[in-house]
Amino acid sequence: MMFFRNWPKWAMLAILVMSILIPVVAGLGETTWAAFGILPALGKHSFSLEAWQQLFELPGLATSVRLSLVSGFLSTSVALILALFGCAWVHSSSHRPSLLNKLKPFATPLLVPILAAPHAAVAIGLAFLLAPSGWLARLFSPWLTTWQLPPDLATVQDLWGLSLVLGLVIKELPFLWLISLVALKQIEVSKQLSISHSLGYSTANAWYKVIIPQLYPLIRLPVLVVLVYALSTVDMAVILGPNSPPTLALATMRWYNDANVALLLPASAAALSLGLLMIASVLFWEITIKVIMAMTKMMTRIGGRGHPWKFASGALATTLPSILILGLLSLVVLAIWSVTWRWSFPDALPTSYSYAYWLKLISKWPLALQHSITLALGSSAIAVVLSVAWLEVQDRYGGHLSRLTLWLIYLPLLVPQIAFLYGLKVGFLRIGLNGGMGAVIWAHLLFVFPYVMLSLVDSWRALDQRYLQVAASLGTSSWGCFWRIKLSLLLQPLLLAWAIGMAVSIGQYLPTLMMGAGKIESLTTEAVSLASGADRRLVGVYGLLQAAVPLLAYGMALLLPKLIRLNRLK
Amino acid sequence: MAPILNYLQPKKLTAILSVLSLGLFSQLSHADEWQKTLDQAAGDTVYWHAWGGDVRTNDFISWVGDQTQALYDVKVKQVKLSSTSEAVTQVLAEKAAGQNTEGAVDMIWINGPNFLAMKQQGLLHGPFVDQLPNAKYLDLSPNSAAAVDFTEAVDGLEVPWRLARFVFIVDSDRVKNPPSSMAQMLTFAQQNPGRLTHPVISNFMGTTFLKQALIELTPDPSVLQQSATQENFATASAPLWQWYDAIRPYLWRQGTSFPENEAIQQQMLSDGAIDIAMAFDPAAAAAGIASGLLPPSARVFVPNQGSLGNISFVAIPYNASHIAAAEVVANFLIQPETQAHMQNIDVLGSFSVLDTTKITHQHSMAFAALPTSKALPTLVELGPTLLEPHASWTTQLKEEWSKRYSQ
Repeated sequence: MMFFRNWPKWAMLAILVMSILIPVVAGLGETTWAAFGILPALGKHSFSLEAWQQLFELPGLATSVRLSLVSGFLSTSVALILALFGCAWVHSSSHRPSLLNKLKPFATPLLVPILAAPHAAVAIGLAFLLAPSGWLARLFSPWLTTWQLPPDLATVQDLWGLSLVLGLVIKELPFLWLISLVALKQIEVSKQLSISHSLGYSTANAWYKVIIPQLYPLIRLPVLVVLVYALSTVDMAVILGPNSPPTLALATMRWYNDANVALLLPASAAALSLGLLMIASVLFWEITIKVIMAMTKMMTRIGGRGHPWKFASGALATTLPSILILGLLSLVVLAIWSVTWRWSFPDALPTSYSYAYWLKLISKWPLALQHSITLALGSSAIAVVLSVAWLEVQDRYGGHLSRLTLWLIYLPLLVPQIAFLYGLKVGFLRIGLNGGMGAVIWAHLLFVFPYVMLSLVDSWRALDQRYLQVAASLGTSSWGCFWRIKLSLLLQPLLLAWAIGMAVSIGQYLPTLMMGAGKIESLTTEAVSLASGADRRLVGVYGLLQAAVPLLAYGMALLLPKLIRLNRLK
Repeated sequence: MAPILNYLQPKKLTAILSVLSLGLFSQLSHADEWQKTLDQAAGDTVYWHAWGGDVRTNDFISWVGDQTQALYDVKVKQVKLSSTSEAVTQVLAEKAAGQNTEGAVDMIWINGPNFLAMKQQGLLHGPFVDQLPNAKYLDLSPNSAAAVDFTEAVDGLEVPWRLARFVFIVDSDRVKNPPSSMAQMLTFAQQNPGRLTHPVISNFMGTTFLKQALIELTPDPSVLQQSATQENFATASAPLWQWYDAIRPYLWRQGTSFPENEAIQQQMLSDGAIDIAMAFDPAAAAAGIASGLLPPSARVFVPNQGSLGNISFVAIPYNASHIAAAEVVANFLIQPETQAHMQNIDVLGSFSVLDTTKITHQHSMAFAALPTSKALPTLVELGPTLLEPHASWTTQLKEEWSKRYSQ
């Protein structure tokens, strides 16, 4: 009888299993077999550990792992700290007429372009900004530096991976900042700050001891997404990271792309190792945060009212705008490149201009743009509906999906795409799905859904249940509660999750190419294949186009709730 | 006199006649066969999977499609790849799923290691090359350049379409006397520290640089045409590592970091960050100038002994959906008019793969009338073509380099 009463729960579970879980397992299955020597398409049928042996004998493997860990942890912590500081700054009540305070209303709109731009485009822009032959050097050469030719300095692709860390921070800071600002709407920041002030806590101390401990649980999963992305990125590592040896993700990618198909076996072992490394990193991060939280609680109990953060906040106040300016300049310089013909060192501006690439694209891109938008709208809409349905079913019928299920859903984020897609492709072909729009939307969904779910779940669960209780006591039906209370109170996080889904879908290269069998060209399939030719002018044109769609989505996500509120007030 | 008389014996005469008519008949049937292929191909679209990083190549492929559509009602759709292995993976996945017909890939721009992999795994359609009418313009004798791909016999499984030669590119305003050999390259690096580099070794162009040095420095280059073993590799490559140890400290970033591929390396040349770039296309400098990617003073040079050369091919996967149409496109690619259009520096500037002794006088005139460019070397200036070593040398070079220099 339980079963019939709870049928929506089981139906939801079945949908999730069919649409997400089975493809993920199928995709991962092939990779796992291959890592243990079984790849029938290559005539390999017997179990063997050779692939692992080959992997562990790889020169520079330890360096690759170290580079991945350093860039992952460093970029995530720095981006998180800066995002939290950014929130504190936006919420600060200081009205001193300083330049920084005048900029405050523009902070959020300025974040959006960086958030919307593809990772690779930001990386190429930043590389051009910082390189010894780059824009900054050109602005000051030769009149200040006396450089007629660029010097041989490691300002990008340094051996420690610091420029990669910088690139990741630039790209992830806006994401964490916006997610935090949206989450903070569920915490009464100004009220709590004034109470803290009246108890003698400085603003910095109040954020540290009162606000952040409430905020972090709301952004925990997005932070983990950032950590996982930083560990697995190929797009940024190939442009900003060291390459001899490279990060583990890039090394894996190179193996997969090698002309020698026999290397698919050690590549699969490397892909699994990278997945395990990411899982271990997530666990380590979680434990570290728990320890920090416990220590914070202890400090709060001790009750110190001192102001130990003065030095830190000074440093953060210079770092934060510098990071944002670097991010925006990276995009500006790409925009300049998109109308450049030649730009020689040390000219501060292009030597000659041309609109040739824009003109050429106008004849070509409508179809690619149309495909990109269809894929993004389709996959993000399905992802939002699935996420909301899942959360709502859980609210009504109780019970959480097991931890294992959760991990499985997040697996597409934990395994290099190329490793996962081969198996998925084989699976899709077996059930007769090939080359259609549907297959590509489905493949996108596997990557879009975890992002949408992760961005939404914390805010959903933090919804103040008393609203619902009051509504229910006034006789509102459960559907009424859902439509009129939950969806309207959660409109902003919902729209933001949708916009993130749009951006994730727009950026998909390999799933579009492989599941579409090369027959569905999108902005990104065009851009990535052209980017392998390293023409900054083309990267500029496509990068701006690729950013345009998510930019509109984020714009809607941020503005729509405000417009609706204004409308209601009328 | 007797032997001649013998020929006139009626029995033998019939035999000769029948042989002659058989030849005639088989020629007729060849034409019939090709007509069948054309009929089958009409109305189809060929999905040509090709690296998409070069705008001029993409434009050429789209021109090919316009032509074949007008001539044979066959459309060409380029699937732009960032790496040829993406197409190989696609075919492999189809094979794994048991999809042995109706595959998504109709034609691949391929050569060397990717070809070897597909041939070994039985992923290619053919042999079909000698069924193409235009194959008569190719030199397909067993050891000719068009019949061997990185020492692997082509066996009629792929059609050559453009010539590739390893060349260096310099900015002639900055470098007046480029090094004339790989040994001279060391002197150049010592005199200009930090101004020389090569693409990463996992990249095709990075290993090509090493192979060029290996061929020039090794005591007996003929060994390189055999498979590499532990013993012959150690002896043959010893002078290479000695040379590399000497040159490495003078490379860009002291040889600790490298450009990801040749395109990035050419961008560095254009930015003035280094003095020498590399390409697998004699027209690279001229094309780079024409598209604004290189300074007008860019020029190519090759070592005096010559440089590595190979040919780009197209192959058809065993399970392609439009095999006939792909054959029609492949045949169109080796049409003398197509090759002349391709060799035009305003189009691609890639040298023709046709045998100059087999094309008509009219065709030769068309090639001779092509425009020239200061940055485009003549075939004579390019010097001799050095043969690609057996593919196993590439694998061993990569492994050994990583052991020695990748911490």
